[in-house]
Amino acid sequence: MIAMPLPDESVLARRSEIAADLRKLVAAEGVIDAGPLLKVYESDGLSAYRQPPMIVVLPETTEQVSQVLRYAHEHRIKVVPRGSGTSLSGGALPLADGILLGLGKFNRVLEIDYENRCAVVQPGVTNLAISKAVEHKGFYYAPDPSSQIACSIGGNVAENSGGVHCLKYGLTANNILGIEMVLITGEVVRLGGKHLDSEGYDLLGLMTGSEGLLGVVTEVTVRILQKPETARALLVGFASSEEAGQCVADIIASGIIPGGMEMMDRPAIHAADDFARCAYPRDVEALLIIELDGPQVEVDHLIERVKALAEKNKSLTLKISNSEAERLSFWAGRKSAFPAVGRISPDYICMDGTIPRKKLPDVLQGMLRLSEKHRLRVANVFHAGDGNLHPLILFDANQADELERAEAFGADILRLCVEVGGVLTGEHGVGVEKRDLMPAMFSEDDLAQQQRVKCAFDAKGLLNPGKVFPVLHRCAELGRMHVRGGQLAHPDLPRF
Amino acid sequence: MAKMQTPASQDELAEMIAAAEAPLALEGTGSKPIGHTVEGQCLSLRKFSGIIAYEPEELILEVKAATALSEIEKLLSQRGQMLAFEPPDYASLFAAPSAGTLGGHMACGLSGPRRIKAGAARDHILGISGVTGQGLAFKSGARVVKNVTGYDMPKLLTSSYGTLAAMTSIIVKVLPAPETEETLVFQGLSDVEAVSLMSAAMQSAGEVSGAAHVPGEGTYLRVDGIAPSVAFRRDGLIKLLARDAGVLEEGASRKLWQGLRDVKPFWPLKDHVIWRLSVTPSEAPAIVKRVQEHLDLRRYYDWAGGLIWLAVSGSEDGGASAIRGAITSGHATLLRGPAELKARVAVFQPQAPALAALSARVKHSFDPRGVLNPGRMYKSA
Repeated sequence: MIAMPLPDESVLARRSEIAADLRKLVAAEGVIDAGPLLKVYESDGLSAYRQPPMIVVLPETTEQVSQVLRYAHEHRIKVVPRGSGTSLSGGALPLADGILLGLGKFNRVLEIDYENRCAVVQPGVTNLAISKAVEHKGFYYAPDPSSQIACSIGGNVAENSGGVHCLKYGLTANNILGIEMVLITGEVVRLGGKHLDSEGYDLLGLMTGSEGLLGVVTEVTVRILQKPETARALLVGFASSEEAGQCVADIIASGIIPGGMEMMDRPAIHAADDFARCAYPRDVEALLIIELDGPQVEVDHLIERVKALAEKNKSLTLKISNSEAERLSFWAGRKSAFPAVGRISPDYICMDGTIPRKKLPDVLQGMLRLSEKHRLRVANVFHAGDGNLHPLILFDANQADELERAEAFGADILRLCVEVGGVLTGEHGVGVEKRDLMPAMFSEDDLAQQQRVKCAFDAKGLLNPGKVFPVLHRCAELGRMHVRGGQLAHPDLPRF
Repeated sequence: MAKMQTPASQDELAEMIAAAEAPLALEGTGSKPIGHTVEGQCLSLRKFSGIIAYEPEELILEVKAATALSEIEKLLSQRGQMLAFEPPDYASLFAAPSAGTLGGHMACGLSGPRRIKAGAARDHILGISGVTGQGLAFKSGARVVKNVTGYDMPKLLTSSYGTLAAMTSIIVKVLPAPETEETLVFQGLSDVEAVSLMSAAMQSAGEVSGAAHVPGEGTYLRVDGIAPSVAFRRDGLIKLLARDAGVLEEGASRKLWQGLRDVKPFWPLKDHVIWRLSVTPSEAPAIVKRVQEHLDLRRYYDWAGGLIWLAVSGSEDGGASAIRGAITSGHATLLRGPAELKARVAVFQPQAPALAALSARVKHSFDPRGVLNPGRMYKSA
């Protein structure tokens, strides 16, 4: 288990005083400092980690968020922001001596502007609710993390969430135009808006995926797109992951970017088929779901080209959807992969590395070796188009040491991803889960620069400490580390 | 001014920056004099040139930062790929010898007409290596298209005009180039009608990849992709918009968009001050109208109205107060103007105090001594 920073006893001792102060800033029922309700917030999607917060605060306005943060800043109290609490990396794991700032009451769609193809929403609105709000006009919001019925758009911004369709349509970062955010000092800052390209530094880009360490998002302007006219899918089985991987490479090299392109390995295929009874081929080592979307004429044309490439790569089975129902049936197994794995194993953890796609056969081989080493099973689902791998490690938390072995297995897999030129996380975030692996990917200088950026936003280190960075540095320390000469040269000159 | 420094390795660059006692003016090939003039010793990054890796089937290109854009585009076109943000070539606009380097484009965050469909330069940058103002080498990102490990420094460095770090290598996402393209041309529309037509097209499933209006010349909508899809969407747009439209075939279409991308309509206006406004698309005509009350100007619209190009002459402040006063949301950049004017007028839109202070702290976090391009973006920190 990964250790969180030790609680500050002097803060804990002031709990009721702090709660009383906070009740002056937000409605009394919006402050929870005792009782069973605190436990509701003790965990997020990384449920192996649990810690009830010192106090939960549920503000309703940007002004209240500003006041709460200003108070926390003045009194040096840590703050963990939280949307819907679906993070798979522990991004919203509370701190024993911290305020858990829940944005759930920010649940309104403020404006839909079809003319400018955007919507202004509060951060607690769920990802799917945005699409629902605009679907009667044929629009949708493109990023579609699998938790989209529950996860909030504010959380999506914090984690730069992706989804099945992000190869073609991009991640959260590519689909938002602006945010309003509150700094830990209580200052309110607007980045971007309805226009393209925010001015000055791309702080909007920096904020997206910053995992709640830089500021609290209180409003989001998202791009909305017209839904493609149609979508069709191919379901293709292969005798090896090499052939399936080559098929994916050939499709992309031929100039086709599918709306979605998913791969599953044999254990995942079997688990999904047993669970969803979706008629997946069972005698294959790798299964691809390739979805083409766009105008009918384009989709029909591309389906034929993809079919030819699949056959060139010796596909064993190949089905093409001829109706919406059939297309959905192809997806049924993949979409239920997690509960399906939950059925064959008491517990599992879902990893999230990205690799250069051509390394897939090596990585799968390596995973087999690691599976033997750690004596645990693994099933793989893979966003094949963009190289984002989700190994599901199966274990039983009731067996002594199995959680630890599963975590060690997962860490080994992620190190393997980095070794082959990939990264620790493609879409779930670093959070608590991968925090201590960061040095596998970054040098000390790389991490120090990221932490100096953190200091520019939060000099006291109060926002979501214990996440992302393996070692907490005081900002003054970071400033001193490598300054040569010590003094600011030419204090009279313009600085940037 | 002391002579130009031209480091050839990242270590050498790091040493030079660490040893700098006075401001450094970073340069690739000097093709884009955007921003305020930096009074400092020239630090040329031109030796950081060359392709490091190109993997078309992984959609990945890694180059040294000062690799010429022309070299990159040639390489990509051999495999039917492109930089989808359609980087512009401002050589004619700035009377420069070439379009410059990829690092320069990223540092300026420049994107062309396809930005409305494919995203901006910052949407395609995946990784960087560079040296901070403290002389520390660092990297962020990787050769994969999907990555959320740590802060997105590549995006932060995009459009930072060399004020945070000197980039030495860059990883970008590349995409298949469309097999063909066509452009619909509508004549005789007012600015208001044109922006409304472009908005209607953008709200359709026509997947328009370029939407521009040049007053007096035409309103243009580009569709690209595979031939049967292009024909289908073209016909769909004509039906939806219910107006007479001409069609430019592939060759003429490419030429048109290249010109709009490179600000060709303003090339003859050699003495005009040129502004680039990023605004809420539907507000564009009203903004232009407000500016016209004060200024003599030429104009055209890209990004379905979201990008306004203005060429201004005969104004004491280059039009700054009239233009910035007319914008309700968005921002205006003084893209080209005489040095004397840029010494008096803010090139980049002044920011609200809290944001300006935050930006200054971010600058300081990379460059506490203020040696990298000080003053290029904002006069005071």
